[in-house]
Amino acid sequence: MQLYSDPATEHLLRRVGFGARPDELDLYRNYSIPGAIGKLLEYEDVLDDVDSKIGTPGYASTTARGGAGGFSPNTSILDARQRWLFRMVHTNRPLQEKMTLFWHNHFATAYGKLAGQVGAEDATRYLAAKPSEDRGGVRGQIEMLRDNALGNFRDMLVNIAQDTAMLYWLDGFQNVRAQPQENFGREIMELFTLGVTDSNGAPNYTEADVYAAARVFTGWNLTRGANGAQQFLYRANQHDVNAKTFTFPIYPDGSKTIPARAAAGGMQDGLDFIDGLARHPATGRHLATKLYRFFISETGPVSQNWVERIATTYQRRNFDMKEVMRSVLLSPEFSDPANYFARYSWPVEFVVRAVKDVGWAGYSVNDALTPLGNMGQNLFDPPDVNGWDQGATWFSTGSMLARMNYASALATNQRFNLATKAKPFAATPETLLAHVVESLRSVPLDKAVTSELSTYLRATGPWTGSTAQIQNKVTGLVHLVAGTPEYQFV
Amino acid sequence: MKVSRRQFMQGGVAAFTVSFAAPEFMSDLALAQGVKVRNLVVLYLSGGNDALSMLVPYNDPFYYSRRPTIAVPAGSVLQVGTDSSRVALGLHPRLTGLQQIFNRGHLALIQRTGYNQQSRSHFQGTDIWSTANPQNSSGLGWVGRYLDSLPSPVDPLVGWNTTRDLPRVMQSAHVPVPAIQNPATYAFASSNTGAEAAAERAAAIRINSHIPVDRPSLAFVYGSAQAAMATLDRVATVASYVPSTAYPNNGFAQAMRAVAGSMVRGIGTRVFYVTTGGYDTHAGQNPAALNGTYYNLMGTLNDGLTAFYNDMNNQGLLADTLVLTFSEFGRRISENGSNGTDHGAASTMMAMGGRVNGGLYGTAPNLNLDLANPTLENSAGDVRWETDFRSVYAQVIDQWLGADSRAILNGDFRKSGLGFV
Repeated sequence: MQLYSDPATEHLLRRVGFGARPDELDLYRNYSIPGAIGKLLEYEDVLDDVDSKIGTPGYASTTARGGAGGFSPNTSILDARQRWLFRMVHTNRPLQEKMTLFWHNHFATAYGKLAGQVGAEDATRYLAAKPSEDRGGVRGQIEMLRDNALGNFRDMLVNIAQDTAMLYWLDGFQNVRAQPQENFGREIMELFTLGVTDSNGAPNYTEADVYAAARVFTGWNLTRGANGAQQFLYRANQHDVNAKTFTFPIYPDGSKTIPARAAAGGMQDGLDFIDGLARHPATGRHLATKLYRFFISETGPVSQNWVERIATTYQRRNFDMKEVMRSVLLSPEFSDPANYFARYSWPVEFVVRAVKDVGWAGYSVNDALTPLGNMGQNLFDPPDVNGWDQGATWFSTGSMLARMNYASALATNQRFNLATKAKPFAATPETLLAHVVESLRSVPLDKAVTSELSTYLRATGPWTGSTAQIQNKVTGLVHLVAGTPEYQFV
Repeated sequence: MKVSRRQFMQGGVAAFTVSFAAPEFMSDLALAQGVKVRNLVVLYLSGGNDALSMLVPYNDPFYYSRRPTIAVPAGSVLQVGTDSSRVALGLHPRLTGLQQIFNRGHLALIQRTGYNQQSRSHFQGTDIWSTANPQNSSGLGWVGRYLDSLPSPVDPLVGWNTTRDLPRVMQSAHVPVPAIQNPATYAFASSNTGAEAAAERAAAIRINSHIPVDRPSLAFVYGSAQAAMATLDRVATVASYVPSTAYPNNGFAQAMRAVAGSMVRGIGTRVFYVTTGGYDTHAGQNPAALNGTYYNLMGTLNDGLTAFYNDMNNQGLLADTLVLTFSEFGRRISENGSNGTDHGAASTMMAMGGRVNGGLYGTAPNLNLDLANPTLENSAGDVRWETDFRSVYAQVIDQWLGADSRAILNGDFRKSGLGFV
């Protein structure tokens, strides 16, 4: 547990990552904040070997849930969830995992529907398989997002429009010429790029645009590849070759019509449309607004000035998300101490940060899966294509109980480790309390709350500092402090 | 919309710092005074319910010509008579229990409910149905506004949301509605046992009583934690409820079972929110095929509602019960090329309960693909609304909840001929 305080670095690692392991804090506090931001952005320079640490000593453990074959994150969604949690705890590329989570929510695709369509094993492959490990070389959606986490947003849209899981999820695999299928055409505008309305509440698109978008993507279907897995195929004979006209510009010259094309070249319709969406001014603002909520603050109104600045970077840098994120992280708003702890943690943020703060020796990330469901966040299974409802809506009586109970279970699991670490600080209840509060960083606890914690430490008898008493009290204290409302903010 | 939802929460948080009523058993008091308890269950069919597969105009030739692969055959519908426009209607063949309830006069089917220029977006549409405000759907829910109209202090269990996070329909300025997905897991865990565990629990209760009123975001989370601690014991009594009839083992039916348990235990809850999903049937809808997607949706709906109806009937609580369904939109009339239907407009609402005046309300659409067809809109692609959904809400607010719909709905939406309750 850290014994010094470096609020700016801690804030940085809460936002670009999932809190800080002691070794991460030791590493990044050697840099200036802009220097640390540069390092975090250039994560391609850091060895990506986190998966190889699974099952090795010194790391959190996993528990095979995929059946007789052992731990199998390419085919068992429970194991895939564990692998991702493990990465969040142990990665040395925190921004890559954080952006992957951002994109997972942005292009929200749910395992539940896919499993019903293609079965549990293939649903897991299409969502989570790593090509180097999959028997057919399948790259699951999350690996595509991970590979492109700071890539070009326009390319990401093309990838997602041709992604097997997405083609099932929004039914594009059945989008055919005779009777187009509107699901993907609508959501790519409403959720992935433009948003329903602009900042003045005026609609960004019409129902006619939805029909035209559906026709653009006719023939963007699936076929079984040589590896036995479903993959994208443009079916020329299922493509609507007529011109499609929109209410907003598709081309840089302002033209709103995608021209009629021969079926053989008709896939270009979709690429032109995606170019037009990527370039549309509403898209940059929509993304910037979501980035503000995820990286800057949820406790005040979104700064429209900030949104315009980030949207400008997005346009000038040709949709390069690394440059967009550089602007985000270097913006004065990001570093403003007023924005420390100004976000309601997502359940995975809370869980992973708690593991990093409390400890993981002897802890299996499998133990977090059911609690995460009770808190409202099963990875790979967002509630709908709009992703998770965020901010204050994460918090209800039921989900708050789930968070408090998770803190209890984690503390119980780490009982002996916690007591060993606390021993030097256990001379009095107050020193023990200071030690625990120091380890679980949050906005300062109110005096009334620390007073209640002191009362708790004395509640069952005089302070002796015995090993048994330290074990009981440090465990209870970690439960109570990690379960405070203060600790739920990042 | 997410932004506006958060903005609402920002505006709403201060309200959660009001102190709760003592957790006394309101219904006991009420019953002692001879007051009848009336419970409302708001049931959201998530995804946009294809009402034309649920309540089938089986003599309309255009129903069959526009849905060559996904129509429910006339021979298999469960006939429920004709509406006031003399259109013969039948329930989906899987709704056998609901047909019996209909025949007992306890199920009302309100056709063509919607609003002008209905949103085809799931998220905007759901917000509009939840706020009852097509102009600005970022505010409080209509049920939440009803809760705000109750005299304070309000019991923290007056509302019960069976989903993880607070649906907009229950969002209120002054009344925090607890989220209780499963009464059995709605419990407080300690890291120790015996006296140490009791000390932890006591500390958690006391810590969460110190709501920092000057920091609204933090206060909101404190309010959730405080309400959790304040409702644990009463919810535990529901966890031990043994129903009088078997409920299927799925999320929807188990939520209805919890609702029944809460009502039987009389813990003071008056409005419940339940949801069942999967209605976004763009592809492979298969309403007529055994175990087809929509066929199974109807099975889930039928079996959960029927179990609940029978349980309430056995417990003598049917007359205190009203279930009201809604969905964000109906679906397009013509099927698409994926054996499914895309987002449409007006749909059918259901009201079920012991004091419901059952029957068919409103008139069915004529599905003739004619641009001048007044029962359709969007180039005759979608069903046009006939009854404003707010008129249905007004009937429930005025005649069931005993409040003033004009105040809660910000307008007079009362409509004659809608006396389903």
